[in-house]
Amino acid sequence: MSRCLLTGNAAAAWGARLARVDYVPAFPITPQTEIIETLAGWIERGEMDGRLVMLESEHSMLTAASAAAATGVRVFTATSSQGLMYAMEMIFSAPGNRVPFFLVNVSRGLQTPVTLEADHTDVLAARDSGFLQFHCATCQEVLDGVLLACRLAEDCRVRLPAIVNLDGFHLSFTREPVTVPDAESVARFLPPYDAGMQRFRADMPLSLGAAVLNGGQYSYFRYEQHLASVGALAAYDEIAAEFTETFGRRYEAVESYCSDDADVVFFMIGSFSTKAKDAVDRLREAGQRVGLVRPRLLRPFPEAALRRALAGKKGVAVIDQNLSMGKGGVLHAELASALYGQRDAPPILASFIGGLGGRDIAPEEFYAIAAAVRCACRDGVTPSPRLLFTAGELRETRKLQALAWVSRGRSEGEIQ
Amino acid sequence: MSGIRSIFHGMKNLPAERLLMPGSPMCAGCGGLLALHEVLDVLGRSTVIVNAAGCMTLLATYPFTPMAGRWLYTAMASAPAGAQGVRDALDIQLAKGRLTTGEDLQVVVLSGDGSAYGMGLSSTSEAIGRGLDFLYLCYDNEGYGNTGQQSSPATPHGAHTATEGGPIGHAGRKKDLFAIWAAHRPAYLATVVGSEPLDLARKIEKAKSLKGPRLIIALAPCPTGWGFEPQESVEIGRLAVRTGVWPLKECIDGVVTHTKNPNPRLPVESYLVRQGRFSHLFVPERNGVALAGIQAEVDRYWDEVATGGAR
Repeated sequence: MSRCLLTGNAAAAWGARLARVDYVPAFPITPQTEIIETLAGWIERGEMDGRLVMLESEHSMLTAASAAAATGVRVFTATSSQGLMYAMEMIFSAPGNRVPFFLVNVSRGLQTPVTLEADHTDVLAARDSGFLQFHCATCQEVLDGVLLACRLAEDCRVRLPAIVNLDGFHLSFTREPVTVPDAESVARFLPPYDAGMQRFRADMPLSLGAAVLNGGQYSYFRYEQHLASVGALAAYDEIAAEFTETFGRRYEAVESYCSDDADVVFFMIGSFSTKAKDAVDRLREAGQRVGLVRPRLLRPFPEAALRRALAGKKGVAVIDQNLSMGKGGVLHAELASALYGQRDAPPILASFIGGLGGRDIAPEEFYAIAAAVRCACRDGVTPSPRLLFTAGELRETRKLQALAWVSRGRSEGEIQ
Repeated sequence: MSGIRSIFHGMKNLPAERLLMPGSPMCAGCGGLLALHEVLDVLGRSTVIVNAAGCMTLLATYPFTPMAGRWLYTAMASAPAGAQGVRDALDIQLAKGRLTTGEDLQVVVLSGDGSAYGMGLSSTSEAIGRGLDFLYLCYDNEGYGNTGQQSSPATPHGAHTATEGGPIGHAGRKKDLFAIWAAHRPAYLATVVGSEPLDLARKIEKAKSLKGPRLIIALAPCPTGWGFEPQESVEIGRLAVRTGVWPLKECIDGVVTHTKNPNPRLPVESYLVRQGRFSHLFVPERNGVALAGIQAEVDRYWDEVATGGAR
């Protein structure tokens, strides 16, 4: 065990190395590239006993990952944003093979317009695929999350691929103190991958990805995948408990921070939840009973744990770093469906969209969100969804628009 | 055939064992299925087929399969990447002692022309570039056959398809996939047709003896897509060779050798007139200009072969 400063990307690479992955099909994309470069360096220098192969696209990378996993080896891969979108056909087809492997997604906003910085619209596009999803808030959680996700994916009750998500820039390029566990402890927690009967070898007939002829059969296999994912909740609790026993760190499916006696809670995922924690501390200093609830697992969706965590609260501020065009925040809709009609469900579930494409959420915005929800609780009226944007940002945008118009030979006065 | 001595001296030497069982959802008279069974019989039992979307995807329809071996369906664009994953995983396990050499497999990509000539070309190009040890079998039925024979990059000039039914048929020209693949300098590259089983068996035998990327393009006469009766499938394949429309050849180290030189060649009309997809060139009246154009293309090809032009 050693403690050092690691970026989120380096932490992800350490997770893959400690998990003793056999195979890394790879393709570069910002802000993920450092992960595969780190692994390539270790493998080249003989510090890691794996094989890394550059594919020609993320679509091919996912195809190779799933095919190799089906042949019986432990597979790790990584991507971001447009890469995840390019791979999307295979993201949806791989889980049906019921062979585990794991993928780190470094979240980055989707075009258009093009950006390099983080939000969660990319990884949420994979929400319905059958991949398990583990969302990280710190670099330590990235390393540990990779080990947890690998163990969970390979559990014989689950057998589904897993995505471990971290935010581009805010985690990927940010150094934080990380405890790197020793290889022996990891080997105890994470035994070698046992594919069992389900791998390609001579004298063993096996067809994967076969067609079915009717909706009944199709439904059966799709339901099986769904039930395996739902069943992963119980498996996760056991595995997380064992993780705590081995390494001392706790990773419940849902993290609650100062929420036991809270009236109002922030609900969000990812690294910005650490900003929310800071806001909670400040608001508590000011005498407000505010807390934070953050699901680490998004698939399977820990509904029961979320209901428990939010029971009796007066109001919830769901802060979505994603935007489902024409609907709003994805987490807001997810949480609403989990809470609707439940006894003791919070009467106010307010939606806030923020932090798109790397945009910060300032402490003052957290305070304003808390105030808005407190106000809604008092009035008993759920406010309309809010898109966070400041007057300063609007002024800045207007300036850029003026420049864009000047270059077209138009005057500033014509801008509406 | 240069290099190794073939065990396939004559038709009687062809494998007696059938590794592709009867009973599959393929159409009667499928030229692709004929080529596939001939290829598998030579390759033997230790294969894993990595399939791209196409007609043959329906071979494995739960819970049935006509294959004795292994099958992995991937997607239309990326079967060679799937082959890469399988091959690498086999090699990793062999190296780490988790797999015996007796358990090892030959990795075979199976795709139609829609994937091979178009959507999967990038994936194939890179697999060859990485020197992947695999065999690629493309069954070329010259159109998107599984969806009803729309024009594909492999459709020949003048053929009617579901998307080009006008008086000139397909306006484009068949992409020269052989030349594109040859430019990658794979370990082995050949064209075959199921109706010439001896030529096919010798080529697969040679491909099997080599390591690295080995690519086979099999012309796949298609009764439903081309418009002929299932029992004519073998004859159509033979005519494709004897008219010179489908040259049988191989390429090793960049050197192209023709394994059958049809001499004298039958006129292309004798091949075209048998197929519904070319019927507009004959009825209501004979389109002499179009037919002469197709004949001239074939003649030019063989003239270049005769004068040592690189094809």
